[in-house]
Amino acid sequence: MSSKGKSNSRRKPKIGVFKFASCDGCQLSLLDAEDELLAVVGAVDIAHFPEASSAMLKGPYDIGLVEGSITTHSDAQRIQDVRRQCKTLVTIGACATAGGIQALRNWKDVDEFIRVVYASPQFISTLKLSTPIAEHVPVDFELRGCPINKLQLVELIAATLVGRKPNIPTYSVCLECKRKGNVCIAVTRDEPCMGPVTQAGCGAICPSYDRGCYGCFGPMETANSASLANHFHYLGLPSDRAVRAFRGFNAWAWQFRKASEESQRQ
Amino acid sequence: MTGRTIHVETLARVEGEGSLYIKMSGDRVSDIKLKIYEPPRFFEAFLRGRHYSEVPDITSRICGICPIAYQMSAIHAIERALDIHVDPSIRLLRRLFYCGEWIESHALHIFMLHAPDFLGYPDVIAMAADHRNLVEKALRLKKIGNALVRLLGGREIHPISATVGGFYKVPSKAELEPLTADLEWALQASQETVEWTAKLDFPNFEQDYEFVALRHADEYPLNEGTLVSNRGLNIDPAEYEDHFTELHVKHSNALHSIIRGRGSYLVGPLARFNLNFDRLPSIAQDSAKAAHLKAPVLNPFRGIVVRAVELVFACAEALRILREYEPPPAPICEIPSRAGIGQAITEAPRGILYHRYAFNDRGLILTAKIVPPTSQNQKRIEDDLREYASQLAGWPQQEATWKCEQAIRNYDPCISCATHFLKLIVDKEP
Repeated sequence: MSSKGKSNSRRKPKIGVFKFASCDGCQLSLLDAEDELLAVVGAVDIAHFPEASSAMLKGPYDIGLVEGSITTHSDAQRIQDVRRQCKTLVTIGACATAGGIQALRNWKDVDEFIRVVYASPQFISTLKLSTPIAEHVPVDFELRGCPINKLQLVELIAATLVGRKPNIPTYSVCLECKRKGNVCIAVTRDEPCMGPVTQAGCGAICPSYDRGCYGCFGPMETANSASLANHFHYLGLPSDRAVRAFRGFNAWAWQFRKASEESQRQ
Repeated sequence: MTGRTIHVETLARVEGEGSLYIKMSGDRVSDIKLKIYEPPRFFEAFLRGRHYSEVPDITSRICGICPIAYQMSAIHAIERALDIHVDPSIRLLRRLFYCGEWIESHALHIFMLHAPDFLGYPDVIAMAADHRNLVEKALRLKKIGNALVRLLGGREIHPISATVGGFYKVPSKAELEPLTADLEWALQASQETVEWTAKLDFPNFEQDYEFVALRHADEYPLNEGTLVSNRGLNIDPAEYEDHFTELHVKHSNALHSIIRGRGSYLVGPLARFNLNFDRLPSIAQDSAKAAHLKAPVLNPFRGIVVRAVELVFACAEALRILREYEPPPAPICEIPSRAGIGQAITEAPRGILYHRYAFNDRGLILTAKIVPPTSQNQKRIEDDLREYASQLAGWPQQEATWKCEQAIRNYDPCISCATHFLKLIVDKEP
C-alpha cells in the first residue's frame, strides 16, 4: 500500500481487495478489526484496496478478497481479470458468495425494476440476474455472512499466509445458540427462526437479542431447508411469509432458493 | 495556457465506486462528470411486497458504513405511517445508537480516509509508520463507537436489534455502565482531534452554499426535527418531495437531487453545524470556538474540523444519555394493524436521509422511496469542483488531480449508498 515505512527485505504477500455490487460492509470489516489491523498490515502488503488507499499497485496478488455480486456485463468481464491476477481468490460475504439481497431481482422483471428506480431507463446497464462469484470463476474459499465476521476474516488471512485450511465452522447457528444458553426461538415461538439451516459464524446474535435468526450466513453444509419450510407451514405461517424467510441476503443459494420456490408453489 | 483533462479512474478512500472526469479549456472547466458506476441494486423495487417489519433489516444493507441511518429513517417513516409514538427511553436509546454510528463513521473518515490527504500519504497504513500514536488514537475512537453499536445492536455492521416500535432487546443500566469510562476518554480524544484538525493546512476556497439540515427545538439534530436551510426553507419532513426533486443524468447511476427552483445544496456536517451551532452542547461549542471555527463555515475543506466537533458532540451526548437512561416499560410498544403512508428524515453521518413507505393493511410495502445524502451532495460536489479545478489551472497534473480528489472527500461521499461514486479524469484541451 505504501512506499513509506517498508524496510523488510523479505517480500510480503500482496493482498488485493476487489468490490462488485455490494454495500462495502464486508471490506469495512477489515478496518473494523481495530485490534488486529496494524498486525495484519505488518504481515502483508495491502496492494489494492481503493476504499482505504489511493495507492493501487498492479497485480499479481497472493490473496484476492472479493466483495459483491456480479450484476453488470463489465463486472462479469472484470472478475475474469481479477481471477487471473489472484493466486488465491476468496469471496467475502453474502453478495459474493450467494448473490446478495440484490439477487431478489432474479425472480422479477429487472427492466421493471429499472423503471421503478430510474427516470431514464436507457442510461442503466445491468444483467437480469445477480450472481455469486463462483458462477463465473473458480473460488478457493467462500467466507459467509452479511456481514462477514471480522475475526473469521483475520483467521482466513492468517491461515492462507501459512498455507493451512482456515478454521471456520460449518455447523448451524443452533450450536452457537445452545452454547450461549438461549431459549430456543424455533420451538417456543410462532415465528420463523432460520437458525436450524443457517451456518454459524455470527454468534447467534438474533436469538440472543430475542428474535429469530434471519439467515445472514446462508445455508449450512447439510441444510434441510425443506423440513424447516414444513415446520413454518406447521406453525401456521402464511406461505408468503415462509417464502420471504428464505428470500433474504442469501436467497440465491440453492438450498434457500429451492425452499422458497417450493413454499411459493404451496 | 492550454487546457487539460483530469481523470481519476477509481476514486480512492470513498465508500463505493466512482470516477471523476474534468475537461478544462485554459483555466475554465468546460465539462465535469462525477461518475458513479457502482452498479444499481434496486432496493426501492424489491422492497415492494416485503413486510414493514423486514424493512430496517433490508435497508441497512444499502450501506455498510452507516447502516443505522438506514434503519432509523426507515423505522421513523413506518412509525409515522402507523401513528406510533415510542416511549421516551426508546427515543433516548435510538439517539445513543446513532451517536455510536456517528463516532465510528466520523473517526473512520477523519483519520483513515481524509487525514492522509492533508498529511500527504496514500493511506492510513502508510501514515501509521510516521504517526503511530495518531493512528492508534483513531482506532481506539472507532472501536468505542463500534462497541456502543455492538452493545445496543448486536454487531457493528448491519446491527439487528432496532425495529418498528423499539428494540428487540433493550440494555439494562448496568449493561451500559462500562461504556462510560471509554466514552470519557473518547470525549477528550475528540477535543484533541478538533485542536489537531484545526491546525491542518486548508486551501483558500469558499462557496455560497444553500445548507440543508434538520433542526430540532432544543437538540443537535439526529432523528427528528423540521427541515431547514439558510435560504428560508422550513418544512416538515413529509413535505420533502414537494420541495426537492431528483434528476437522472446519463453519467451516473445515482440520481442528482436539487431544490426545486434553486439547484444544488449541501447536506452533512457543515450544514448541520452552520444551521444548529446554538444547539450544540457547550463543550462542543467551546471546542469549536477554541479552534476559531465560526458558523457559517463556507470552506468545505474545513469539514474535517466540523466533523471533529461533531465527534465531541456525539461523545458528550452519549455520556448524557448513559447518565439519564432508565429502561423502558417494554422493549417494543404496541403496534396497530393498519395501512399507511409515512415519511421521515434523519441525519446520517453524511447528511439527511429521506425515506417514504406506503403499505397495505397486511403491512406489505406498496411503494418505497429512499434519497441518500450522497445523491443530494452529488451536484454540489460537481459545482465545487467546477470552481476549484479552475483555481488549480496552473498546478502540475498530479497535484491538481490529488487536490480534486481531496475536494470530493470533503463530502465523505458514500457511493454505495448513492447508487443505491468516482474515477478522476482531468482532460487537457489545447
